[in-house]
Amino acid sequence: MAADGTTLKSSLNRALRRQKLRALALIAPLLIFVLVTFIAPIADMLFRSVENQIVSETLPRTTAMLKDWDGDSGEIPSPETFEALYKDMFVAKERKLHTRLGSRLNYELTGVSSLFRKSGRKIEDMGEVYQDQFEDLDKFWKDSENWNALMGSADWLAAQNAWDPRSEAIQPAFEPNEQIAGILPETSATFQTFADFVQNEDEKNLAKQDPWALVYSALYNDLSAGADVSGYNGPGSAALKAAMAAVGDFETVDYPASFQEIDKDWHDIDVWQTIQTYSPDFTSGYFLNAVDMKKSPDGAEMRPENEQLYIKLFIRTLFMSLVITGSCILLGYPVGWILANLPARTANLLMILVLLPFWTSLLVRTSAWKVMLQQQGVINDTLVWLGVVADDSRLALINNQTGTIIAMTHILLPFMILPLYSVMKTIPPSYLRAAKSLGATNWTAFWRVYFPQSVPGIGAGSILVFILSIGYYITPELVGGTTGTFISNRIAYHISSSLNWGLAAALGAILLAVVLGLYWAYDRIVGIDNVKLGG
Amino acid sequence: MANTTNVDAFVEFERVQKSYDGENLVVKDLNLSMPKGEFLTMLGPSGSGKTTCLMMLAGFETATHGDIRLDGVSINNIPPHKRGIGMVFQNYALFPHMTVAENLSFPLEVRKMSRSDREAKIKRALDMVQMGDFAGRRPTQLSGGQQQRIALSRALVFEPELVLMDEPLGALDKQLRETLQFEITKLAHDLGITVVYVTHDQTEALTMSDRVAVFDDGRIQQLAPPDKLYEEPENSFVAQFIGENNTLEGIVKEIKNGVALVELDGGEIIDAKPVNVSSAGERTRVSIRPERVEYNKDRLSDDAHTLNAEVLEFVYMGDIFRTRLRVAGTDDFIIKTRNAPDVERLTPGQHIEIGWLPQDCRALDA
Repeated sequence: MAADGTTLKSSLNRALRRQKLRALALIAPLLIFVLVTFIAPIADMLFRSVENQIVSETLPRTTAMLKDWDGDSGEIPSPETFEALYKDMFVAKERKLHTRLGSRLNYELTGVSSLFRKSGRKIEDMGEVYQDQFEDLDKFWKDSENWNALMGSADWLAAQNAWDPRSEAIQPAFEPNEQIAGILPETSATFQTFADFVQNEDEKNLAKQDPWALVYSALYNDLSAGADVSGYNGPGSAALKAAMAAVGDFETVDYPASFQEIDKDWHDIDVWQTIQTYSPDFTSGYFLNAVDMKKSPDGAEMRPENEQLYIKLFIRTLFMSLVITGSCILLGYPVGWILANLPARTANLLMILVLLPFWTSLLVRTSAWKVMLQQQGVINDTLVWLGVVADDSRLALINNQTGTIIAMTHILLPFMILPLYSVMKTIPPSYLRAAKSLGATNWTAFWRVYFPQSVPGIGAGSILVFILSIGYYITPELVGGTTGTFISNRIAYHISSSLNWGLAAALGAILLAVVLGLYWAYDRIVGIDNVKLGG
Repeated sequence: MANTTNVDAFVEFERVQKSYDGENLVVKDLNLSMPKGEFLTMLGPSGSGKTTCLMMLAGFETATHGDIRLDGVSINNIPPHKRGIGMVFQNYALFPHMTVAENLSFPLEVRKMSRSDREAKIKRALDMVQMGDFAGRRPTQLSGGQQQRIALSRALVFEPELVLMDEPLGALDKQLRETLQFEITKLAHDLGITVVYVTHDQTEALTMSDRVAVFDDGRIQQLAPPDKLYEEPENSFVAQFIGENNTLEGIVKEIKNGVALVELDGGEIIDAKPVNVSSAGERTRVSIRPERVEYNKDRLSDDAHTLNAEVLEFVYMGDIFRTRLRVAGTDDFIIKTRNAPDVERLTPGQHIEIGWLPQDCRALDA
């Protein structure tokens, strides 16, 4: 208890609160900066590895219909599903989203991309069957003004007519005629979609735009379903009533057959199964892909041998990072030792030499290695001149694993030397002297007394070098050829070339998990307390 | 060089020189010989070359000239690990990644001793310094004094005949230092080992050693047992360096019957024992210990020369009184008097006459 009767703990907390708040205020700018520029993008990227809304957003009706479809039956989906696909595809085509979805699904099933592109081109023709029949029936249906008068509310119509397209004023947003919406629900909804698209996405004058063929299909659907048009007396009621009377004799569209005409792949169960498998908003597909597996109706399964890539790449990345870390230890340890045991002036001079690479562009250094390592490069020329290798059997030092290991060891070496140096600097020379005075030879003194105390430096350097190299990109890209590239190069490829960001995010997430896992294992085995960057 | 070799010598430095940069000598012409079982302290200010001498003996530095012999054998070219010399370091140099027992086991393991022998020796060495219960601890879990005991027992566990100690108690507080000083001395004498001890603490040197070598400027200024060093310094450096000392400067007027008459710069005449002066007219520094100054006239001989003094400061220090006087132009002439019932306590401003026995006042080099 404190003097005033409150508990000691609470009065201590009160005393510390100001300090804590001030500390928080001091780090707040950095915290916010890191949150915005680092944590948030990473979280967003990780989210992309499971996010899959593109399928259900682009094909909302189709994916809804496919929910009840059983792919194992061997039957293609119902004609209604094909009709839903027609509607989705039509809207997607107008919005130019169908190719994006095609590319997305192409990651899962090769050929879908071209199927979607082809279908997009021809989808227009499919709807024109009804459009032509309506227009043949009455010129009324040809004119966009008539459509607006029929579908739009009176208020909106007045506003739209008063609007001057050349003025800066915004085009009045379309409002449906509620009576028509009641009588022709599908047509009204489709027209609404069309109007929204024209006004907001295309930013054109709705009065001058002919409706999509899709609107005619919807009108046919409404009318053939027996819409009650008798009570309607608004604009175009005569044409509407005439059409109502005529639709019974209209030629109808067989959607499954029409799609098959566009491409016979639409009757391939695999295509539909792929769409169905990837209709949920979230998918494990990217992650499965990242470990050489794929989703199938029976669950996850391995990809065929010749398509397996990523596990091999992960293993190669880990292995090469280990080799690079090992060679950094071998090269860096003696340098750290020399630096730590030299007089301060000389050590500082050498330190500058160690740090010099940091002040040179990474690209320059890597390119220099290209010059050094190539078959007609400096090293090979020197070896041939010395007679170590024959002129016709020059060493392949670049565009393979050797090249990556050599160049990356050089580039990451300072990250090993610096922690080694700062840890060795704290080991007093008297330990070695003590060991020798106790009768140990130079080697025993080093191995049993000095080395164990430098292990924290090795640990810190290894963690730095290993984690840096496991995610390295530029150097393997430039000198790695095909056999010396890392997983990060594949990630970069999916980010910038194939645009499969979901897979890139999944690969990145796995890489992150592997690094964290190794870090955890390191902590368990060596203990993170044993990592010292100095002091 | 056989003519200078001492038959009894165990450790010998002969005309040893050491230079680090090829221009300046850190150790200049060092000659030293010590018998087996001696506790010798190298005392001196920092930079005087004492630690360099120790390092040359241990083998961590090479002498640029001269010969160092151990038990009659030149060890100049023997690497440190083959010299079999135990060493205790200033910062203890206990291996932090090993337990106490492993630290002690290290010198035995490199000597390929069997496990049972090792355990017996470790136990004995730890018991020797009353640290038997700490075998399983790590050095960082021990206090400074405990670490020093372990360092000591590690230096002794392989039973070396010569043990070097490089300011081993420098980092400890006063009380612990005094306890350990006593323990180290006792242990060294009990075991009969030869010890070379380096320190800059003169009290430590005086209380522990059989002989003290006072270093300055790369040379041994005086090598003598503690009492001789204190009471009969051979030059003014030693007089200044060892203990508290009053110095007066002047010119020798005459020397007769083993007493020099010195005329101080202020014209006063005093008696002194000629040490480094041989003839009249030489400049000299006379040195007198504070506790040998007398102001009670009854205790001075009738013909003694006295000086007038004014009391500036009187400090009560418990067992003694320390009084600062103005004498012959200096303001920091110190006298120390034992706190006894018959001793007069002086008061600042008081004028007294001081004097001393001629043999207590030494006329040294200027």
